[in-house]
Amino acid sequence: MKKKIIVIIMCMLFLGCISEGNKAKTISIAGSTTVQPISDGLAEAFMKKYDISVTIQGGGSGTGIKMVGEGTIDIGASSREIKEGEKEKYNLKIYPIAIDGLAIIVHPSNKIENLGMEQLKKIFSGEITNWKELGGEDKEIVLVVRAEGSGTRDFFEKKIMGDVSLSRKAMQKPSNGAVKATVAGNENAIGYIGAGYIDDYVKAVRIEEVYPDPENIRSGKYELSRKLYYITKKESEDVKKFMDFVLSDEGQDIVETLGFIRIG
Amino acid sequence: MKTEKIVEKILLIFALSATLVIFLIIIFLFKEGLPILKKEGLGFILGKIWNPGKEIYGALTFIAGSLSVTFLALLIAVPLGVSCALFLAEIAPKRAESLFRPVIELLAGIPSVVYGMFGLIVIVRFIKVSFDIPTGETVLACSIVLAVMILPIIISVSEDAIKSVPRIYKEGSFALGATHWQTMKRVILPTASSGITASIILAMGRAIGETMAVVLVLGNVEMIPKSILNPAEALTSVILLEMGEASVGGSHYEALFAVGIILFIIVMILNIISMKIGVRKK
Repeated sequence: MKKKIIVIIMCMLFLGCISEGNKAKTISIAGSTTVQPISDGLAEAFMKKYDISVTIQGGGSGTGIKMVGEGTIDIGASSREIKEGEKEKYNLKIYPIAIDGLAIIVHPSNKIENLGMEQLKKIFSGEITNWKELGGEDKEIVLVVRAEGSGTRDFFEKKIMGDVSLSRKAMQKPSNGAVKATVAGNENAIGYIGAGYIDDYVKAVRIEEVYPDPENIRSGKYELSRKLYYITKKESEDVKKFMDFVLSDEGQDIVETLGFIRIG
Repeated sequence: MKTEKIVEKILLIFALSATLVIFLIIIFLFKEGLPILKKEGLGFILGKIWNPGKEIYGALTFIAGSLSVTFLALLIAVPLGVSCALFLAEIAPKRAESLFRPVIELLAGIPSVVYGMFGLIVIVRFIKVSFDIPTGETVLACSIVLAVMILPIIISVSEDAIKSVPRIYKEGSFALGATHWQTMKRVILPTASSGITASIILAMGRAIGETMAVVLVLGNVEMIPKSILNPAEALTSVILLEMGEASVGGSHYEALFAVGIILFIIVMILNIISMKIGVRKK
């Protein structure tokens, strides 16, 4: 009996060693859900080229920065600028990897095609509460926003709301996908998502008569655009290889095919 | 003999580690959450404004949200669940019972996120259209989803309670000329009432702690609901929505743990009550 137990323990230790050995060849990425489609696309191509596996998680920009700072993951993804405090505290390296537009979306059946910045502010602060006031149908406006601390929400509030606070009637959703699903399922809803997420289920409106297509975002004509970042701390050889790939022409081509704008 | 001892020791270690985990969770929860609770005092529980950006933390809206969906869910699920238990224990023929039981057990095994998705696509939509309101993500939608989720608990625990009513009570009642329905109403239900109450409280604990389904169908609006057709936000939702973004050690992070403490205390009290009722029965 004793022998059996010893054998079992030996087996366990042995198996433990094996999995430890395999771990070296993976890169982990986590953070902003806006950056996630880019990470997915890049990782797929990268894994085909090299024998290194890449794992990708969401979690939000704050989580990504925090986790890379604490060394839990190799690369953090962020859709907001990294705060000075975070940069100094963790000693981080920051790479802009793409440019993204923030699209304001409504249900495809909504007749509204264009909104001004001032109108947006009034809508999201709760001053305008009915589509009628904007020339639409006589329906109450349903606001859909991201949860407190999201990089996308940070950007939206800084750029559009300024000092005005958000209406307390806004429904909060945990990800870009959840905002899109809610707006797609409710003809009274308005929300915001990364332009890379736009598809036929929702309609992006023009902002000050400018549509969030790649050209307008790149040229800066579309006002709601921002940079997306990868953040690293200690870079292993594999991580360096990945970052080189991301910033290479090949990597940036992938960024573009995914509906985002290349950097530089 | 020796192996006997070893096995005993191993089992002891497993048992200890299970209880240790509970204590670690309690210690950790309070360590992270107590400082802000102390600082904010009663304001944390009675404040209506939650604005982490300005460091204002009042969890009353979330407490109101959690309690309103839980009570409405119980209002829907208790009559259904208890009648179902009564039917299964007293009326249903063996064949029907063997059909119903696996179905109810299956209901208990469905992951909560699946309930949430079903609620979002079917119930939320249905409520929006039938009441003609701007959004169907309401207290009512959430309560219906929760009611379905807690039905299996109410049914199985109540059924056990009804079945454990001694046969002589029932036979005595019949002997006095009472009909089956009179017996159920006057003898069986009152005798089983403590077990049924325990099932309701257990279900309440489950409903108040539910997270995934609630986030999907409750709308997450930081306002105290004025009617069942308003959206709201629950204690569990605020933790799920904001935990990923709060920076470790900051006041926002601590406040979320404090919300966890409130939730923990509510569920703890419910569990103790249900245990007390269960004991009294024996």
